[in-house]
Amino acid sequence: MRVELRADPFDPYAELARFEAEQPGQAGKHGATSIFVGTMRDVNEGETVRTLWLEHYPGMTERELSRIADEASRQWPITQALVLHRIGAIQLDETIVLVATWAVHRAAALEATRYLIEELKQRAPFWKKETLDQRARWVEHNTPG
Amino acid sequence: MSIRIRYFASLREKMGRVEEHIAPEGIATVSDIWKAVNQGRPLPDNLLCAVNMEYAEATTAVSDGDEVAFFPPVTGG
Repeated sequence: MRVELRADPFDPYAELARFEAEQPGQAGKHGATSIFVGTMRDVNEGETVRTLWLEHYPGMTERELSRIADEASRQWPITQALVLHRIGAIQLDETIVLVATWAVHRAAALEATRYLIEELKQRAPFWKKETLDQRARWVEHNTPG
Repeated sequence: MSIRIRYFASLREKMGRVEEHIAPEGIATVSDIWKAVNQGRPLPDNLLCAVNMEYAEATTAVSDGDEVAFFPPVTGG
C-alpha cells in the first residue's frame, strides 16, 4: 500500500508503471489492475474555472487515506493499492488524484478502487478553492458519483 | 498547557485565523471549545470536527494538550 500527497504535477500513467516496476515480487501475481484518475476540469456548477487550490490537514489527511486503504485491503483480496493526491495550486488538465488497486481477479480490484475513491471524497480532509474569472470560491460539496 | 484549536478552508477565512490556543479550564467536550471561542453559540451542524486528527462529534471529550480542528465538509478527489 502506498499513499502520498504531491505538491507538484505528476503523470498518473508513468506513476503506475514506476510503482509496478518497484514491486518485482508481484510479477505474475495479479490478473487485474483497476485505476481511477481524477483530473482538473474547466467547468464547475456552470462557471468557468481557471485554477484550483487544494488545502489539506497535514497529518490527518495522510492518516485518513492510509486508514481507507487498510479498510479496502481488509474487505477485498487486493495485492496492492496506490493513492496519490495533489495539494496546492493545480492547473487545468492536471491530475488531482490517482487511485489504483491490483488483485488476482477483476471484481476485487474494481470494487476496491471504487471504495477508495468514494471514501476519499467523503472522508479525507481536502478542500478545493476554485478561481473563476472574477472571483474565487470554496467548493462546498462534491458532485455525486 | 492548553488546547490547540485549528481551522481549515472557508472556516479558517471566516474565523480570520489558522489556529489559537485556549486554557483547558471549564472545557469538557468539543462543543465546549466551539462555544468558548464563539460567544456561546452552538457548533453548526454543517461543520466537521476532529480531535487529535481523528473525526469526532460535538460530544467527544477533550483534555489538556489535545489538538481540536473544525472544518467544512471535505471536497477532495
